[in-house]
Amino acid sequence: MDAAAAGRALGRRLPAARVFGLRRPPFILLGLGLLVGLAAALPALYLVVAVFDDAGAALDSVLTDRTLGLITRSLGLALAVTASAVAIAVPLAWLTVRSDLPGRRVWATLLTLPLVIPSYIGAYLFVSALGPRGALADLLGVRLPSIYGFTGAFLVLTLFTYPLVLIPLRGALQRIDPSLEEAARVMGRSHREVFRSVVMPQLAPAIGAGSVLVALYVLSDFGAVSIMRFNSFTRDIYIAYQSGFGRTEAAALGLVLVLVMLVLFTVSARVRAARALHRVTPGAPRPAQPVALGRWRWPALTFCGAVATVALVLPVGVLLYWATKQISSGLELGALATNSWHSLLAAAAAALAASLGAIVVALLSVRYPSFVTRIVERAGYAGYALPGIVVALALVFFTTRVALPLYQTLAVLVFALAIHYLPLAVSPIGASLVQVPPRLEEAARGLGRSPMAVLRTITTPLVASGVLGGAALVFLHALKELPATLLLAPIGFETLATDVWHQTSFGFYEASAIPALLLLLIAAPPLYLLSAKGSVAS
Amino acid sequence: MLIRRRLALFAALAALVAGLVACGSSEDKDTLTMYSGRIAPILSPAVKLYEDASGLKVKTRYGDSPSLAATLTEEGKNSPADLFFAQDAGSLDAVEKKGLLMKLPADVLAKVPKQYQSTGGFWVGTTGRSRVIAYGEQVRESDLPDSPLKLTDTKWKGRVGWAPTNASMQGYITALRLVEGEDVAKKWLEGMVANDVQVYDSNIPIRDAIAKKEIDLGLINHYYVAEAQAENPNYPVKVHFPPKDLGSLINTAGVAVLASSDNKEQALAFVREMLSDEAQKYFADSSKEYPLVSTVQAPKELTPIDEIPAPEIDLAKLGDLQGTLTLMRETGAL
Repeated sequence: MDAAAAGRALGRRLPAARVFGLRRPPFILLGLGLLVGLAAALPALYLVVAVFDDAGAALDSVLTDRTLGLITRSLGLALAVTASAVAIAVPLAWLTVRSDLPGRRVWATLLTLPLVIPSYIGAYLFVSALGPRGALADLLGVRLPSIYGFTGAFLVLTLFTYPLVLIPLRGALQRIDPSLEEAARVMGRSHREVFRSVVMPQLAPAIGAGSVLVALYVLSDFGAVSIMRFNSFTRDIYIAYQSGFGRTEAAALGLVLVLVMLVLFTVSARVRAARALHRVTPGAPRPAQPVALGRWRWPALTFCGAVATVALVLPVGVLLYWATKQISSGLELGALATNSWHSLLAAAAAALAASLGAIVVALLSVRYPSFVTRIVERAGYAGYALPGIVVALALVFFTTRVALPLYQTLAVLVFALAIHYLPLAVSPIGASLVQVPPRLEEAARGLGRSPMAVLRTITTPLVASGVLGGAALVFLHALKELPATLLLAPIGFETLATDVWHQTSFGFYEASAIPALLLLLIAAPPLYLLSAKGSVAS
Repeated sequence: MLIRRRLALFAALAALVAGLVACGSSEDKDTLTMYSGRIAPILSPAVKLYEDASGLKVKTRYGDSPSLAATLTEEGKNSPADLFFAQDAGSLDAVEKKGLLMKLPADVLAKVPKQYQSTGGFWVGTTGRSRVIAYGEQVRESDLPDSPLKLTDTKWKGRVGWAPTNASMQGYITALRLVEGEDVAKKWLEGMVANDVQVYDSNIPIRDAIAKKEIDLGLINHYYVAEAQAENPNYPVKVHFPPKDLGSLINTAGVAVLASSDNKEQALAFVREMLSDEAQKYFADSSKEYPLVSTVQAPKELTPIDEIPAPEIDLAKLGDLQGTLTLMRETGAL
C-alpha cells in the first residue's frame, strides 16, 4: 500500500495532472500497464459477464434467506476472529517490544511463525487433537463436545491469523516516540493511563490495518471452514460449484462475496486515510525504556509460551509424529518428489509473473501518477479483493467459454495465482521505488538515454531488493494456496497443498503429514529472506 | 556488481521457469485422459493393471462423479477426457443423456448382466455395491432400523453420519425420489437435517468416525466396512442391510468412453481391462465389491448379492441429478 500512498502524495503535488499526467509515461510501459491491469481485472469482469448472462436464474438463487444467512455467518465469524486476534496480539506485541520479557526476540519470531501454517493443515490438526474422539479425548478418556462448526473455525482461524495483527502492531510500537509517554508520565499519569490515553491511540492504525487483513483472510478462507464444516460463503460456493449443475449460482454467490469484501475494503481505506500520526521530535526515534515486568514476569512468559505451544509447537510436533509413523510404514517417494516439484514450479512461475507485472504497475503509479495509471493500480488490486475460489471459478468459466485452448493448462493456474497475489508484489516494489531519487533517472534522460533504457539501466537495478522481496511474498502465498489450485490444476498435476487436502478428505491423516511438512520446509528459505529484511508484514 | 548478478540470476530463473511451464503444458499422445469419480486409493491399482498391459499412461482427474458429469456436460465436444469412470449409474446416465458417450461394442456389453448397464449400451457397470447402514458394535442389533427412512427418528439425533456431496449418497436420493416420490424424499431430507445428521466428506471418514464411536450409524457403501474387516477381523464396525422401503439399494460403478475421444481404441481397451478377470478379481479381493463378470467369484465373506434385500430399480434411469441436487440444496442437505 506504500506505492498507493506515494502515488497519491505525488498526485497531490501535481494538481495540474491531466488524464495522462504531467510526465507522460513511455508508450510501451503504459501499454504493458494497461495489459496487466486488464489481466488482473479479468476474473472480476468475467464473473459479472457470466452472471448477467443468466441474470434471472442468478438473482433467483442469490435473493434468498440462505444468502442472508451466509452473509451473517461469514461476517460473524470474521468479526469474532478479528476481535480475538487483536486480543491476543496486543499483549504479545507489547510484551515483545516494550517489556523486559526474557528472550523477547526469540518470542517475537516464534509468535510470528504460525502465519506460515496453512489454515487447512491447522484445521485438521485441531480436529485430530481436539475432536470428539481426538487425541485429547483419548488421553482424558472422555467424549469431548463437538468442535465442528463455529467453535472450531473460530479457534483455528484465530490461532493462525493473529500474527497478521501482531506484525504491524510490533512495527508501530517500535516506531512510537517515547517522549510523548514520558511527558504524560511526568504530568503524573499512571502506566495504565498512559497506555490507554497515549499509546493506544497511536496503535489504532496498526490494529486497524491488521484487523482488516484478518477479516479479509477469514472471509476468503476455504480450508479451515471446510474441514470444520462451518457453512461459510466460500464453502457454500465450493459446494454449489462441485455439485455441478449449480454453477451460475456459484458465480452469483461469488459476486455477492466480492461485494461484501469491497465494502470492508473501502471502509478500512477511509478509516486509515482519516488518521495521520506524526512524531513530535525530529531525527531518528529513540528506543523506549523497557518496562520492568516484576512479578508479572511469569504470567507473561506463560502466556507467550501457551500461544506458541498451541499455535506452533503442537501442530508441528503432531506433524512430525505422524510423519515418523508414516515413514515406518513406507513412503511413496516418487509421488512426493513430483508433487513438491509441481508446488515449486507453480509458485515460482506465479512469483515471477506477479513481480514482472508489479514492476510495471509500481513504476506507473509512483513515477507517472495520473488518472489512467491510478486506474491501472486499482485494477491491480482486483485479484486480491476476490477470494481464491472466486478467481478460479471465473477463470474456469472464461477458459471453457472464451479461451478453450488454455483450458486445464498450467498457464491458467499460474495466471490465477499471479493476479491473485499481484498486490503483494506491488507494495514492496513501490516502496523501494519511492526511495530511488527521480533525479537520477532525470539525469540519465538528460544525458540522452531513452526512457526504456533508463528503466533498464538505472531504475531496475536500484529496486532489485524490492522485487526480490515481492517475489518471495508471492511465492509463499502461492505455495500454500488451496481452492484455486484445486479448481485449476491441470489433470494429474497434484501439488503438496492438494495432496494434503485429498489425503485428509479420506481421513488419511498420517499420509498427509509428510506433504504438509514438505510445504513448510519449502516455505522456509523465502520466509527467512523476508524476515531478514523485516518485511513479512508487507 | 552484486545487483547486476542478482538481476542476471533473476532473469535466468525466469527463463527456466517459462521454459518448464511451456513443456509442462505440452500434450502427450501416448496418454489416456480419464475423469474418475472413484477415489485414487481404490482405482489407481486397477489403472496400473492397464498401464502395465498396454504401455500407455492414464492421466486421471479425480472428483465427485456428479461434479465430473457436470464438467463433461459443460466441456461438451471439447472435453479432453477419453474415459469417464463413475461411482454411480446416475452420473453416467446424465452424461449419456447429453449425447456425449460412445456406444460400446457388443462383446463388451455381453460380459455384464443387463441390469448393470445402460439401456442403449453407452456405459457398462464394473462392480456392484450395496448401500448399507454401517453401525458400531456399541449399537444393539435389535435397535437397528429396518428402513433408512426411520433414521429421522429422534432416537438417532446426532448419531448418524452421511456424505451429501458423495455420488453414492446422491444416487441413493435420486432412487428414493424415483421409488417413493418427491414428497417422501423431501420430508426425509428435511428430517435428516433436523435430526442433526453429521456431515462427512466421503465414506471412509464416516466408517472411521463410527469406529472411533464419534457417531453410531452411517450411510455408506458395503465395501468400506468389508475392506476394513479383511484387515482386522475384530473391526468394531458392522454392516446392516435394511430390508424395507429403498432398503439396501444396489448401485453400480461403471465406465464409459467419450464420443469426442480421439483415442477410442485405447479407451475401449481400458474398458475391456476393467472387465478382465484380473481387474474384477482386484475389485473383489481388495476393495470387496461385487464383481459383475460371471467368471469371477464374489468374496466369500460378503452376503451374496442375490440375498441382499434390494428394491427392483432401473439403474439406467437415475440420471436426474439436477433434480436431486436442487432438492438437496432446498432442504439444506447440501
